[in-house]
Amino acid sequence: MISYWSFFKIRFINGLQYRAAAYAGVVTQFAWGFMYIMLYHSFYRSNPSAISMNISELSSYIWLQQSFLALFMTWFLDEEIFESISSGNVAYEMCRPLNIYNMWFAKNCAIRVSRAILRCFPILIFASFLPETYKFYGPASIYSFMLFLISVVIGTMVVVAYCMLIYIFTFYTISSVGIRMTMVMTADFFAGGLVPLPLLPEYLTKFIYLSPFAAMQNTPFRIYTGGIPVNEAVKSIILQLFWAVVLILVGKFILSRAIKRVIVQGG
Amino acid sequence: MRLYLKYFSIHLKSVMEYKTSFLLTAIGQGMTTLFSFISMYFLFNRFGNVEGYTFNQVLLCFSTIFMSFALAECFGRGFDRFSAIISNGEFDRIMLRPRNEIIQVLGSKIEFSRIGRLTQAVIIFVYGIVTCGVEWTIGKILTLTLMILGGVCLFFSLFMIYAAICFFTVEGLEFMNIFTDGGREIAQYPLNIYSKWVLKFFTFIVPLAFVNYYPYLYLINKVSENTILYMISPVCAIFFIVPAFCLWKIGVRHYKSTGS
Repeated sequence: MISYWSFFKIRFINGLQYRAAAYAGVVTQFAWGFMYIMLYHSFYRSNPSAISMNISELSSYIWLQQSFLALFMTWFLDEEIFESISSGNVAYEMCRPLNIYNMWFAKNCAIRVSRAILRCFPILIFASFLPETYKFYGPASIYSFMLFLISVVIGTMVVVAYCMLIYIFTFYTISSVGIRMTMVMTADFFAGGLVPLPLLPEYLTKFIYLSPFAAMQNTPFRIYTGGIPVNEAVKSIILQLFWAVVLILVGKFILSRAIKRVIVQGG
Repeated sequence: MRLYLKYFSIHLKSVMEYKTSFLLTAIGQGMTTLFSFISMYFLFNRFGNVEGYTFNQVLLCFSTIFMSFALAECFGRGFDRFSAIISNGEFDRIMLRPRNEIIQVLGSKIEFSRIGRLTQAVIIFVYGIVTCGVEWTIGKILTLTLMILGGVCLFFSLFMIYAAICFFTVEGLEFMNIFTDGGREIAQYPLNIYSKWVLKFFTFIVPLAFVNYYPYLYLINKVSENTILYMISPVCAIFFIVPAFCLWKIGVRHYKSTGS
């Protein structure tokens, strides 16, 4: 356990070094956030009767999404792991007396957390000073804020466990780009990365809410904004926990199969 | 030009060595377009229209931008890798060769996998043209062609500016994404649905409105006077390549090797 924790710390401190990149990222994310909010506003103006998520909720959702991009976007993948798998360096990693799944899991969490910490505060603080309807609102209540914090942690675990599956599938192909893009895009859409889930038609969201994708960013953000009321929030968090456990177990199982048949291609 | 064709065929051959991988990548790339299309469909499904534009009208806008972006990306992605070319000193080698630097940089990477994206863009484009309810005249077809041409030039210039900035910063600048990928996202819809300053910004600073908005108004019969002006407005976007090229030239002159 201690060794995985130190992997986490090394990566975390390493991630905190890239401050200039983080500030550039903040500017970019700010622009994207603005763009999305403006877009949804014009949709809302055009047909106010069809609103299924009120405007302040939407703005907070978008700002949370932009500031925690590093935590919840499945495309934040660790290139080093892909490199090590396709170049065969993974053999060294397997020689270590450590569980490879746990090690990668810890590293990935660390990268995401360090990036998110650098980026989220400037965005959220600045966004909360914006004019009405564009601004980042406070949490619905103190309870929902606390549940939000718990949900963010579990949501991150779900995302990392999903990404682990992407790494593991790379063992089976030489070039991972195709599988990677397909899995990333699917997750992005069903997690509400492109359009917030409540804006999708109900016949789809019925199922999506039960899927692991909704457990990624949808649950924490909507607990924060009050879209998921406190009494239902506990249920959603349990569902998140369920998916986190399932994805981790599936990942460990496939990885143990993959390692048995891994062929290191010289080099 | 012959040199570029040579590069082109080498890349094509190298890609074709791994056919399955190529196919999977192309499919993966296509998913991006597919999912943006679906999300747009669902938004219109819920709201019906945006500022009076219907789904099929916006689709025309969406598909022209995706077309031009996919085309520009296919050929201009060499610029994307440019920060690596500078930081590992490869640009010294490029400078030594008695050939045009731009062609060599572009030739360093040609992304055939973007073909997936391009195919989908074409499909949506055809669908958009058929369903948008525009009566096609010679003038309109000409305008549409100009729009795509202008779009390709515009995105290509943006990639070039991105690379030219690397001369000064060595690292690529992430915020340029606002103009390339962000430009693509934002221009999926007619620009006047956003705030006024967005339209102004994309008219006077980055001439995106000239490919996405002004000629588009002519296509869907929203202009009554000065139609000629609206028709030829994409030409402004084509001229955007001039300042981009100048910046590149300044960059080359300013270039100092990183020495590694």
